[in-house]
Amino acid sequence: MTQRTLSAETAEDATHLMTQIAVHQDRDAFEALFRHYAPRVKAYMLKLGSDGALADELAQETLLMVWRKAAQFDRAKASPSTWIFTIARNLRIDVFRKNNRPELDPNDPALVPDAEEPADEQMDRVQRAKLIRAAMKSLNEEQAEVIRLSFFEDKSHSVIAEELDLPLGTVKSRLRLAFGRIRKELGEDVL
Amino acid sequence: MTIKYHVLEETLLAYAAGELDNASSLLVATHLALCPKCRRAAEIGDEIGGALIETVAPATMGSAALDSVMARLEEFALEGSIKPVAATKRGATPVLPEPLRSRVGGDVDVLRWRRLGPGLQQIRLDDKSGGPSVRLLKIAGGRSVPEHGHAGAEMTMVLAGGFHDAGRSFGRGDIEWANADVVHQPVADEGEDCICLTVTDGPLKFFDVIGRLAQPFVGI
Repeated sequence: MTQRTLSAETAEDATHLMTQIAVHQDRDAFEALFRHYAPRVKAYMLKLGSDGALADELAQETLLMVWRKAAQFDRAKASPSTWIFTIARNLRIDVFRKNNRPELDPNDPALVPDAEEPADEQMDRVQRAKLIRAAMKSLNEEQAEVIRLSFFEDKSHSVIAEELDLPLGTVKSRLRLAFGRIRKELGEDVL
Repeated sequence: MTIKYHVLEETLLAYAAGELDNASSLLVATHLALCPKCRRAAEIGDEIGGALIETVAPATMGSAALDSVMARLEEFALEGSIKPVAATKRGATPVLPEPLRSRVGGDVDVLRWRRLGPGLQQIRLDDKSGGPSVRLLKIAGGRSVPEHGHAGAEMTMVLAGGFHDAGRSFGRGDIEWANADVVHQPVADEGEDCICLTVTDGPLKFFDVIGRLAQPFVGI
């Protein structure tokens, strides 16, 4: 049992809950995490075209997966919302395509490791999540729209182009501009 | 060796969004194993998804959802944090990184190639999800893939050896992109066989006799 009020309102809180679940199998912490994220994952599934009952079920399964994989959560590598997004996204692909999403294996001996990052350049993931949210708010409406349509409406770039009545190249360049802006906010080199 | 030709940014974003077809995703995920730079960019794609899920207007869960999930926690023991590493020869770096290695069922020593034409062999890797097709190609050192165009886009990533095409040279991890309007003829570097992973959006269109003879065997 923890003394503090259990809530996932901030990324710090959610990170704390994830640790409680991973280390102590803390059911109260899980319940708080569920109350915060299950309705958001359900909203994601609804936006991507599932009906209410299926979206509810997929949100439940996503949170069960979060419980099961809690020990694999690495706060140095992802914020809880990023980690939960990837679990929800992959679960949806696995269910709809009846095939697992091809994913890299971080333990693969063939993996070419990252160059050592100087310690002062490593940014806390919770801090990064805040920067990314701020950067996304600073996108212009055109850039925000293509990002939202691609991530949250299950639309391929060519479908987006059709719906917005734009050349495909324009959709791609808006995506690149949006991505470039977000990366710049994080202090990342652009490819 | 440094990778010179990367995954396009919009393709990385489509992969992060879960919008990329399985064939292209296999190539992208395999490139990520070889390319720390694209791996970092893909992480940012995931973080965009995280920011969107944090800020979306929440839906209302069914009234029984929480109780039902809490009741099921017991049946889901927590998994350990250590994942088993796929079997490889001790100390050897596999030629095929994950997730490709699991898809073909092992490293290059277990591959069963099918002959396509002189100096050219392939293994098809399509799953049943539809979309573009994906295959491994082996081009003998110094030989070329018959000159061809595309009905759709093509991306080819080198896994072993190397090839050159229209003045550019491609090594392990490099990706060549060709649009529908490109006619090209990749030539494997002299010496070692060149092994590539290729995703094609539509049938290839060969322009010479050998290519046309090979086409029925390509099966597209």
